[in-house]
Amino acid sequence: MTELVSSLMIVAGIGFYLAGSIGLLRLPDLYSRLHALTKADNLGLGLLAAGLALHSQDLLVAMKLLLVWLAVLAASAASAHLIARHAHRQEAGS
Amino acid sequence: MNTTGLLVFDGLLLISIVSLAWSALASPDARRSVILFMAFGLVLAVAWGRLLAPDVALAEAAIGAGLSGALLLVAVGEQSNRALQDNALRVSERNALRVRATLQWVITILCVALAATLAWALVHALDRATNERLAQIVSENLAASGVSNPVTAILLNFRAYDTLLELAVLLTAVLGILALGTARPDYQRTGPVFDGLARWLVPVLILTAGYLLWVGAHAPGGAFQAGATLAAAAVVLRLAGERSIGLPQAGALRVILAAGVGMFLVVGLTLLLLGRPFLGYPPAWAGSLILLIESAAMLAIAATLVLAFLGGRPPAIAVNEENNRC
Amino acid sequence: MSELLSVAVGGLMLSLFLGLLRVLRGPEAGDRMLATQLIGTAGVGLLLLLSILPEQQALIDVALILALLAAVAAAAFTGQQRERRDD
Repeated sequence: MTELVSSLMIVAGIGFYLAGSIGLLRLPDLYSRLHALTKADNLGLGLLAAGLALHSQDLLVAMKLLLVWLAVLAASAASAHLIARHAHRQEAGS
Repeated sequence: MNTTGLLVFDGLLLISIVSLAWSALASPDARRSVILFMAFGLVLAVAWGRLLAPDVALAEAAIGAGLSGALLLVAVGEQSNRALQDNALRVSERNALRVRATLQWVITILCVALAATLAWALVHALDRATNERLAQIVSENLAASGVSNPVTAILLNFRAYDTLLELAVLLTAVLGILALGTARPDYQRTGPVFDGLARWLVPVLILTAGYLLWVGAHAPGGAFQAGATLAAAAVVLRLAGERSIGLPQAGALRVILAAGVGMFLVVGLTLLLLGRPFLGYPPAWAGSLILLIESAAMLAIAATLVLAFLGGRPPAIAVNEENNRC
Repeated sequence: MSELLSVAVGGLMLSLFLGLLRVLRGPEAGDRMLATQLIGTAGVGLLLLLSILPEQQALIDVALILALLAAVAAAAFTGQQRERRDD
């Protein structure tokens, strides 16, 4: 049962990753692309990490996975904002 | 394991690595090359993970992806410098073209020869009898080395001379950096978003560095990875506009920079005085001695990388020497 | 589980590859940097998946370092130096 849930979560996570990459390719503008990017980071990695945590059945591993997810969340949120603001400044300057 | 997914994985990985490397080298814009190089480092870390080599993957992720990228970006400088460089190039371009073609052919032939030699060496090595494999020798002697991670055992015990000399190379490089003059100008004070990022990123990086140093004894990790992570913490602080980034003042800084080589020498010479061979750890003390040397090496490596990012002497050192002059 | 692992790994690598196309194409530097962040996150995912393999738990540590240092890379990209003061 846990295996089934874990597998479903992993597959769903990969789905969100793919959705994010396709969005990154197809969307017209840097600012819209960063929306696609954050879907991959939050949901994609989150579901992936949750599925792996269920699969591992080990508390220490699960905590490490949670830490990785939180780090990526906080880092990508700040990075996306900073990159977009940098690009906006470049546009405004030239 | 099912092979289709793995085939896709390996195939796309190879294509990604080669195309990133090619475009990073072939790109006309320096800043673009650096960004491609950073992406290359990230994919390479995954490749090392695929090859089940966590120690190398750690080093690649710490040094290749983040830190080298930051160093190169600072070196390339802001966009405004690029226009000046373009104009300067056009004048000497025509003269350089004729020389450049011949040079390109020479270098190409040399690289092909090198690749052929490496390929021959690899094929030759795979043919050798299995009972002389180094990995076996290492695992037989692992118990006496003081650590249980074979990579750390090799770096800090079986092949300690090599590590000593590597740290000496780093020390030489840092002497060159110090000779460059004052560091680059400070970074502007950043807004709340960057501050918020730095506020949690720097402590986490410092903690992770300590963790990597400690865990290196029994799991992938060690002084180099820890040093690079520590340096990354200082780099983030500097990028956030902080003046003091954790580097100690002039005299203490020099001690730390020399500490990697220094600790090796202190331990080695002490062992010599006690009648053992140079760096021949007594098995009971090996673990502690290795941890001691690794701690010193971590600080030295971190300080070296930070100075490389700063691009010269930190401002405090310059002020001290001016005071000494007058 | 191993079948799922190889499918997952293949799918995630595909996602990374698509991000790569944006890195190579993206007209501005910002596009390339965003795509690099996606490559970093996909790399983290790949390393986490590979950590299931026997004796490879250390890859979780690698994933953590990768995540943190990708943030450092983005920070370096957006940092702005002051002019060099001539003193």
